[in-house]
Amino acid sequence: MQKIGVAIIGPGNIGTDLMYKVIKKSKYLDLKLVTGIFAESEGLRLAREEGIETSARGIDAILERDDIKLVFDATTANAHMKHAPLLREAGIVAVDLTPAAVGPYVMPVVNLNEHLDAPNVNLITCGGQATIPIVYAISRVTPIPYAEIVATISSKSAGPGTRQSIDEFTITTSRGIVEIGKAQKGKAIILLNPAVPPMIMNNTIYALVETVDEEKITKSVENIVKEVQEFVPGYRMKIPPTFDGNKVTVMVEVEGSGDYLPKYSGNLDIETSAALAMAERIARDRLLKIKKGE
Amino acid sequence: MGKKIKIFDLTLRDGSHAKSHQYTPEQMATLAGQIDKIGVEAIEFGHGNGLGGSSLQYGFAAASDRDYIEAVSPVIKNSNMSIIILPGVGTRHELNLAKEFGAKYARICTQISEVDIGEQHIKMAKKLGLIPISVLPCASVIPVEETVRYAQMAESYGAEVVYLLDGGGYQLPEQTFERISAMKKAIDVPVGFHGHNNLQLAVANSKAAVEAGAEYIDCCLKGFGAGAGNCPTEIFVAVLGRMGIESGVNLYQTMDIGDQYLRPLMPRAMEIDSDRIMLGYAGCYSSFLLFAQRAGEKYQVDPRDIIKEIGKRECTEGQENICIEVAYDLAKEKLAKQTSI
Repeated sequence: MQKIGVAIIGPGNIGTDLMYKVIKKSKYLDLKLVTGIFAESEGLRLAREEGIETSARGIDAILERDDIKLVFDATTANAHMKHAPLLREAGIVAVDLTPAAVGPYVMPVVNLNEHLDAPNVNLITCGGQATIPIVYAISRVTPIPYAEIVATISSKSAGPGTRQSIDEFTITTSRGIVEIGKAQKGKAIILLNPAVPPMIMNNTIYALVETVDEEKITKSVENIVKEVQEFVPGYRMKIPPTFDGNKVTVMVEVEGSGDYLPKYSGNLDIETSAALAMAERIARDRLLKIKKGE
Repeated sequence: MGKKIKIFDLTLRDGSHAKSHQYTPEQMATLAGQIDKIGVEAIEFGHGNGLGGSSLQYGFAAASDRDYIEAVSPVIKNSNMSIIILPGVGTRHELNLAKEFGAKYARICTQISEVDIGEQHIKMAKKLGLIPISVLPCASVIPVEETVRYAQMAESYGAEVVYLLDGGGYQLPEQTFERISAMKKAIDVPVGFHGHNNLQLAVANSKAAVEAGAEYIDCCLKGFGAGAGNCPTEIFVAVLGRMGIESGVNLYQTMDIGDQYLRPLMPRAMEIDSDRIMLGYAGCYSSFLLFAQRAGEKYQVDPRDIIKEIGKRECTEGQENICIEVAYDLAKEKLAKQTSI
């Protein structure tokens, strides 16, 4: 089968988890390069072990070749702000896993087919990918004047890139609740928990709703959980929709598939699985167009 | 002695927890205007979980951050304005707001082991011209050497004071002394301490901190704060007086303002009842108290069991939603036991 050449920049927790997923699960992506800034980093070493070409020259290693058509950026919000214009100029699609939010927000269960021609798409944040589907599921039943999410991830699964982008993480997730979740107002809270053994990624979603239709809301939430499970099997409802006046509370947890870090790191899985689903769809679309001679 | 302790008064910030964040801006402004007279270094105010804390997770405040700061900032003349944010809850928007209204101190609070998520905001605060202070909870659950290492990291990001915060009132005075002494040897910037009173040790811990070299201590009038409250300003000023240490705070005035202006706003006196003792015993954040009690009622489980389990799970500041989860799990367990019998 024909594939398109891709690279990963930023071989940290997210980049490395993504690498294993691309190698194991992708149909349309040919991983040609993993690039970072530290030659001795764990991520580059693991890439070499998989027989993938690596570089410690960051974005330059991508720009100087012509076989890469799509790049996954798993660095930091700040770094992606620099990478985005360079990739765009080179005609390379950027699938952005940082909270830089340069391109439109994408979420597989909500808008998988909406931005296939965009030069840059943004995965919001792991907290956003885990919680905003629930907000969306509620808002398709009744208007939501206000929604709020609390994402708690284990300290071990949050690498330096995530930590240095905590401000963008918070702000971008809040915006995602409004733009993708369709709440009128959104707030996001991100917490890191250092407990040992590490806790599984835990998410609480609160929504103040206009009309309390318990049955319809519960059904809609159950349906979306199933849809998310199709690409993240470890996504599950911990506490089903609980009603308190016009306040709906839902808790979901995400157990990872353990591709890179152990299973507590569901935050990696939900983000990288969404990125992979998005990139696969973009790649399939491109390949179809090439076939048709467009 | 020449030594001077700088007191940060948190009646209007930690005290917000005890009022479920329902101070009106007018009440805050009146109290701030009074506390401004007593001689504390700074007055911290706002939602209990810091600027940006107003939420379903922690409770909505009676007013917005902007309303509070607009009301309070004009009346602080002798003292200085302090705000606090938790990265992951508050953002650059809140730091900008604090700058706009002339705050002097921006305190950045992160679980001690997660001090590096504070780097971004410490640097942002510094760039804005605010004095960044790193506030680090839960040092007593990690070894002294690690406490020192995280304090050094905070200093390297640009924190101009590094605080230890005992949010559960769990720490013992000898632990406080040992950690603050070690920090004093390892970092050049001053050290501070913030205690809670769930095991009635807030004053003893603050005293131990001062003896170990801390120069900044957080207090509240009448100890009015989360859980069983904080180190009471009046008592600590008296203790410092007995120790022959200068605080610059007027004892009579502090007492009078507490009686006249704060007491009528307090829903209850700061007594240490069973659930509060449990916070200190289990090492659970004081701000979880009301959430544990509400969850206990909803799911018909003993709040003490919820608090105990939260301590076991090593929950961090801000994880109030865990109260619902723990209560739900305990209720399920209880039901399973009943049906199996």
